[in-house]
Amino acid sequence: MTTTSSAQHTRRDFLYVATGAVAAVGAAAAAWPLISQMNPDASTIAAGAPIEVDLTPIAEGQDIKVFWRGKPIYISHRTKKQIDDARAVPVSSLPDPQTDQARVKEGHDQWLVVIGICTHLGCIPIAHEGAYDGFFCPCHGSVYDTSGRIRQGPAPANLPIPPYAFVSDSKIKIG
Amino acid sequence: MSGPSTYQPSHPALQWFEKRLPLIGLIHSSFIAYPTPRNLNYWWTFGGILSFMLGVQIVTGVILAMHYTPHVDHAFNSVEAIVRDVNYGWLLRYLHSNGASMFFIAVYIHMLRGLYYGSYKAPREVLWILGVIIYLLMMATGFMGYVLPWGQMSFWGATVITNLFSAIPYVGESIVTLLWGGYAVGNPTLNRFFSLHYLLPFVIAGVVVLHVWALHVVGQNNPAGVEPKTEKDMVPFTPYATIKDGFGIVCFMIFYAWFVFYIPNYLGDPDNYIQANPGVTPAHIVPEWYYLPFYAILRSIPSKLGGVIAMFSAIIVLAFLPWLDSAKTRSSKYRPLAKQFFWIFVAVCVLLGWLGGKPAEGVYIIAGRVLTFCYFAYFLIVLPILSRIETPRAVPNSIADDVLAKYGKKAGPMAPVILALVLAGGLVMGGAQNARAAEGGPTPPSLSWSFAGPFGTFDRGALQRGYKVYKEVCATCHSMNLVHFRNLADPGGPGFSAAQALAVASDIKVQDGPNDAGDMFERPGRLADKFPAPFPNENAARAANGGAYPPDLSLMAKARNYDRGFPQFIFDFFWQFQEKGPNYIDALLQGYTDPPKDFQLPQGAYYNKYFPGHAIKMPKPISDDQVTYDDGTPQKVENYAKDVATFLMWTAEPHLEARKKLGLQVMIFLIIFAFLMYFTKKKVWANAH
Repeated sequence: MTTTSSAQHTRRDFLYVATGAVAAVGAAAAAWPLISQMNPDASTIAAGAPIEVDLTPIAEGQDIKVFWRGKPIYISHRTKKQIDDARAVPVSSLPDPQTDQARVKEGHDQWLVVIGICTHLGCIPIAHEGAYDGFFCPCHGSVYDTSGRIRQGPAPANLPIPPYAFVSDSKIKIG
Repeated sequence: MSGPSTYQPSHPALQWFEKRLPLIGLIHSSFIAYPTPRNLNYWWTFGGILSFMLGVQIVTGVILAMHYTPHVDHAFNSVEAIVRDVNYGWLLRYLHSNGASMFFIAVYIHMLRGLYYGSYKAPREVLWILGVIIYLLMMATGFMGYVLPWGQMSFWGATVITNLFSAIPYVGESIVTLLWGGYAVGNPTLNRFFSLHYLLPFVIAGVVVLHVWALHVVGQNNPAGVEPKTEKDMVPFTPYATIKDGFGIVCFMIFYAWFVFYIPNYLGDPDNYIQANPGVTPAHIVPEWYYLPFYAILRSIPSKLGGVIAMFSAIIVLAFLPWLDSAKTRSSKYRPLAKQFFWIFVAVCVLLGWLGGKPAEGVYIIAGRVLTFCYFAYFLIVLPILSRIETPRAVPNSIADDVLAKYGKKAGPMAPVILALVLAGGLVMGGAQNARAAEGGPTPPSLSWSFAGPFGTFDRGALQRGYKVYKEVCATCHSMNLVHFRNLADPGGPGFSAAQALAVASDIKVQDGPNDAGDMFERPGRLADKFPAPFPNENAARAANGGAYPPDLSLMAKARNYDRGFPQFIFDFFWQFQEKGPNYIDALLQGYTDPPKDFQLPQGAYYNKYFPGHAIKMPKPISDDQVTYDDGTPQKVENYAKDVATFLMWTAEPHLEARKKLGLQVMIFLIIFAFLMYFTKKKVWANAH
């Protein structure tokens, strides 16, 4: 019995392994649509198309909040003083070193466009608050400067810049 | 689950856990070491298939609930958004809606198997009654689920079924108001149905646990209907029953996939692709096929209360079966008379189902009454008498003897029985589609469509030409509320590039606002916009069209139907025919003729030989050379009609190509898997014979 069945054994084992493998592949393939459905659907993706914002009504020293892809975006019309304050800081002293020039579009220094979500745990900072007249997050006390860079508190990084471009001098396209 | 477990964990950690919660031991004794009779046939795999289907329904249902909105204003559109926009949403929806039918097919086979082999007899009465409770819960769940898409049939089905309770004397009306949560079926009704539809499957799962527990206490019945005596009669659940059930499930999945991928709307009612309208009742209100026999019983009693009592009794009587049939011999295999009456009973149920889909008139009413009598007579007269007068044949001494005897002779006449069952099933399912038999009228000619059959894809040229016809002709009156400009660039669609789709969109002015100044304004269309309606609102549309509201065209191809007749709908199942809608649209557009002499055409209507009732408010919309074709296709009504019907088929089901493509892959996989399972099962069982 042992000699004859050892040859059969391998054939049988192969059959068992093959069946099990195909079952495993089937289970994995069946799981794919069940998980994939949780990704954004086509209407959500379509609604995330770029938006255009007219800058004319925003006076100097004022800021507005617009929404793009469910995120609040601060558009600040900075004063001369605010720009100078931001540029006077030695970059090496910052927790997340970045120059102010790198955070605005060239030739449009007065316009700061940042995603208004605190890089700590996702709260929305308040504009024109805090020790640096930039942004202050009331949740856990993160303070950002007039360039949206982190200066104090637990947040690890500067406020992110959304993808945007100037369509004209008074109009930007976010996205 | 009977007696202490024999499971002895080897690892110390497992021993520690087992002493505190003997969960693994429970699983081991229930699904691994549990002894099952050696002679079970494939009718017994439907228990496993049902567990599988319950799992599929719960998983797909939980996911669909993530995308569904239970509100009268949004329910219909949210279901369409699932099918159109959610990743694999069409697959999940079709799995769930067809899964309900598969669940009922399996449960009916499971119940009939129990009936034939006497699985309800002592000591399995509680097991059987738990089964009847599960069946009742399934009916409630299925009904409430059918209401959720908020189509015409959903709404009116809900109205009709809840009105059943108004038959109760004195308190009926109050109960119906209580069920509705309003003065009619409305938002509170939909909300509670959604809540209960989500809850009940878990109740079912709970009762299933009891059902399986009861099963494991008393042990499984078997085709011989004798209790096991020795070790030789039994095999352990794993691997024997596991692999056999697994093979059964894979075969069932092939059948299921056929529906999901190739004829997903075969069992559904086209009226459910029209949004619920409390002001218009469909010509015939038909339940889903699995309730048709009971619907027929309801209608055959000429009294409101009597019909309702008869219908509920038809199910409740099952619970009393263990006491109605007191024959000592369990399996009908050894009861020559009971066997014959069983098949007559099956035929009665199938015919009742067929009648349930027929209009209640003329000979159908008489047939319904006779068959209702036969249905109850089987339980209340035939079985009690048979158990007293019948002389059964000798039953085998043991299960082992039964197995040995089976290997002596050839298998019984199984193939014809299965074939008859398939045809009978087709009869019942087709019955629902046949319900419009009374409407009459000529049947639209069946055209050949490029998207027909398992490998069918849309003809891009036809889609693009069809879009042109839609834009230049149909769009002057009709809206398409479910189609977005971005869809023109979707894979499987007319094949526009994103830039072309954007150009189409920006040609159209879209009403938007209010802006910061509080004013409405017009802006160019965007990809995310829907195809706009040509009128600012419904009243304006009615005014411009002589009072007739031009229906939305997004789902036209799915919402239109005509009678295919018997036996055509049975062939439709095998040929995957699903071109009823496009055939109808094409025929309607070409069906304008002068009315026959004796036909009274109402004021402001036009004669169309394919329109039900023949008087249609829409004038003949297209004539030759009306739309310019650039690709050399003849500019004839015939071509326009076919192209626009193709386009409307795409708008009704934008993922048709993806469905068929995935279906082919799934089918190939399942067939390979079924072969592997079959040979594995043979190898495993080789030890047992």
